[in-house]
Amino acid sequence: MSDRSAVKLSSQMAFSEEQSMLLDTATEFFRSKSALPVVRELLTDEAGYDAGQWQEMVDLGWLGLAVPEEYGGSELGLGAAVTIAEPMGRHLSATPFLSTQLFVQGLLAADENLKSELLAGVVGGAVGGVALFESNGNWHLDSPSAQVQISGAQALLSGTKTLVLDAASADYLLVLAALDGEPRLVVLPTSAIPSGAIQRETVIDETRRSFQLDLTRVEVPANHVLSAAQSTQALAKISEAAWLLLSAESAGGIAGVLDLLVEYLNTRLAFGRKIGSYQGLKHPTVDILIGLERSRSHLYHAATLVDAGESAQTALRMAKAESSDSFAFAGDRAIQFHGGFGFTYDCDAQLFLRRALWTQASFGDSAHHRKRLASLLL
Amino acid sequence: MAESAVDLTEFRAEVVAWLRANKPAKPDFLLPETFMEVGTDSQFQYLKEWQQSVYEAGYLGMAWPKEYGGGGMPQAYQDVVNAEMSRESVPFVPNTIGLNWAGPLILAIGTEAEKQKYIRGILSADDIWCQGFSEPDNGSDLAAATTRAVKDGDEYVLNGSKIWTSLGTYAKYMILLARTNPEAENRYAGLSYFLAPMNSPGVDVQPIRKLTGEYGFTQTFFTDARIPASSLMGNEGEGWKIAMQTLTFERGATGGQAGGLSMHAMSVSDVVELARTTMLDGQPAIEDPLIRDQLVQFLLEEQGDRLCNSRAKISQLTSERPTAIPMSSKLRGTEHRRRLCQFAVKLQGANAARWVGDRQAIAGGMWQRSYFNSFSATIGGGTSQVQANIVGERVLGLPKD
Repeated sequence: MSDRSAVKLSSQMAFSEEQSMLLDTATEFFRSKSALPVVRELLTDEAGYDAGQWQEMVDLGWLGLAVPEEYGGSELGLGAAVTIAEPMGRHLSATPFLSTQLFVQGLLAADENLKSELLAGVVGGAVGGVALFESNGNWHLDSPSAQVQISGAQALLSGTKTLVLDAASADYLLVLAALDGEPRLVVLPTSAIPSGAIQRETVIDETRRSFQLDLTRVEVPANHVLSAAQSTQALAKISEAAWLLLSAESAGGIAGVLDLLVEYLNTRLAFGRKIGSYQGLKHPTVDILIGLERSRSHLYHAATLVDAGESAQTALRMAKAESSDSFAFAGDRAIQFHGGFGFTYDCDAQLFLRRALWTQASFGDSAHHRKRLASLLL
Repeated sequence: MAESAVDLTEFRAEVVAWLRANKPAKPDFLLPETFMEVGTDSQFQYLKEWQQSVYEAGYLGMAWPKEYGGGGMPQAYQDVVNAEMSRESVPFVPNTIGLNWAGPLILAIGTEAEKQKYIRGILSADDIWCQGFSEPDNGSDLAAATTRAVKDGDEYVLNGSKIWTSLGTYAKYMILLARTNPEAENRYAGLSYFLAPMNSPGVDVQPIRKLTGEYGFTQTFFTDARIPASSLMGNEGEGWKIAMQTLTFERGATGGQAGGLSMHAMSVSDVVELARTTMLDGQPAIEDPLIRDQLVQFLLEEQGDRLCNSRAKISQLTSERPTAIPMSSKLRGTEHRRRLCQFAVKLQGANAARWVGDRQAIAGGMWQRSYFNSFSATIGGGTSQVQANIVGERVLGLPKD
């Protein structure tokens, strides 16, 4: 295709030796530790993840990949975190890796004292999360109805946050609330949350643990409230990290459901032939592969721009839109092509479709991002 | 490293300057958009002269060996030229089958004599090449070829016919797949590959009228046509293997091409520009939210495919299915273009009903014609449906039909 177009987009892609090694290690790690029977066992587990496996991830240094060296991290960047998130998504592993990475990205915009107090803990296995959304289902983060008021040395929170991922496991949350009409992020140690204020929600992806958070009578020290400028920066960083890591999980998820589907198409017989020999099933499966290839390409391009500190909004929104739609298509077709078995709870295809739909709804679905892309590109 | 980067920057500037100075003036007729659409002598002559001028400037076959007429330089130089040609929107070079399919094949597996005989003429456009793979009764199923080649002394006698021959009227040589042994143990083993001269007695070329109403393809009839036995490439029975290798060049899965554009570069941006100027229901099409959403979807696909080319160069990011990107390239690219052209017609409101030749047709009816012509790529060289079978079976390991 031509480069002379009015719509000029970069096609840079870089992938370091470190990323390559991490991707190999993480691929093997999740393949061996997050087989689908293990995923199914965790569906009804209260925590939703295996503490031992989480500790191994901590020991491998994966929680500090995007943390600066001065706070005990390895400072390899979000592009390195992508190489963990992709195989994690492929095997539907649901550790608090994602929510903790979003917490880290937000916290990096905070004051020095908060960073030095909390970041080393995260590298060492403390769980972080972000509480951004509210019951109106809006992805815009600029006008929360939750409030924060400063009163002397204390900050008082009020209102309700929803769809807070991993809140029950978290040690710290970054909470979005309005101060005098301006969006602010507040560092909230979960020890300051009264019992009963965190209520489990039922979400479409049963591997996830999602919560409603009642902020009534929740107080933190006033210096836990990020400034207006810090909050704006933190929200941008959190959003970018979410688009990137969710795209990585989705690209992995497409690969995972494609494996499942190809295996079935090569085994199941109908009318005396393997069903994968029928073009009605073969060709849409190729469409899934093409969706995977385009999604991975968008993903690693976006990761390249983020790590290079270049403007990445277009690339990130493209990655999120492409991978969300391709993953949902893959999950949908995988169920259909499993026939009657696909209609049962026992068929693993539904696990992937549930993950795809959850991801689609997180941090903007494809139509939301295409609308923004239209403003950016047309 | 740094030094060669500097060299390329200077080289790029030199190329751009040359292209701007030498880009031919727009002709007073509508040019074809791909080499497959060349239908009139004036179109052919215009494009042939352009190829000659590019070759004489040293910008074609830059990475091909010097001793056969190439430039003997690193591929990076030709890549720069190709990119700048696209950016400067210059015409394509018409001898695509020679430059991108037959030429790289001959360089890869041809004899010294074949390289000496054919390569220079491919580059200079003195020898135009065409392809004789498909037959009237078996379009995409190449292995079913029934055109016979029977050895008779130091000649082969050909009988049968080939169809969808682009540039058939102008070609001096044809890469030809013919059956030398109908009794072979399987249908593949009976095929042989020829570099056949078209001016042989008994070779008759008939133009085919396309769905657009224009001419651009031919059907080639062989009636006791005699070609020298030396036209056989490799050995008898190796035709299938060589044809498959040709297709890897045709599908862009391997390097080695001489370079130059083989079609008028078209991108989603062209359609974005169209959407700015056409009206839909009383407002510029670009302001319609549904149109905007679809344009972004096309951009997502186009950028996704461009980034697939970037990722294909990083082996650690393609290690699981290394052939997925190259083998799906034709399917992705041609289907994208077909749907994009179809969409461009829809942007024209009531004027979408017009056709080439109408005084009020938007862009002279170019988009309508492009949409119709886009089927040549989704059908030719293995239909999209055959491509999907190939990708499904060879890349994903799905069972055969």
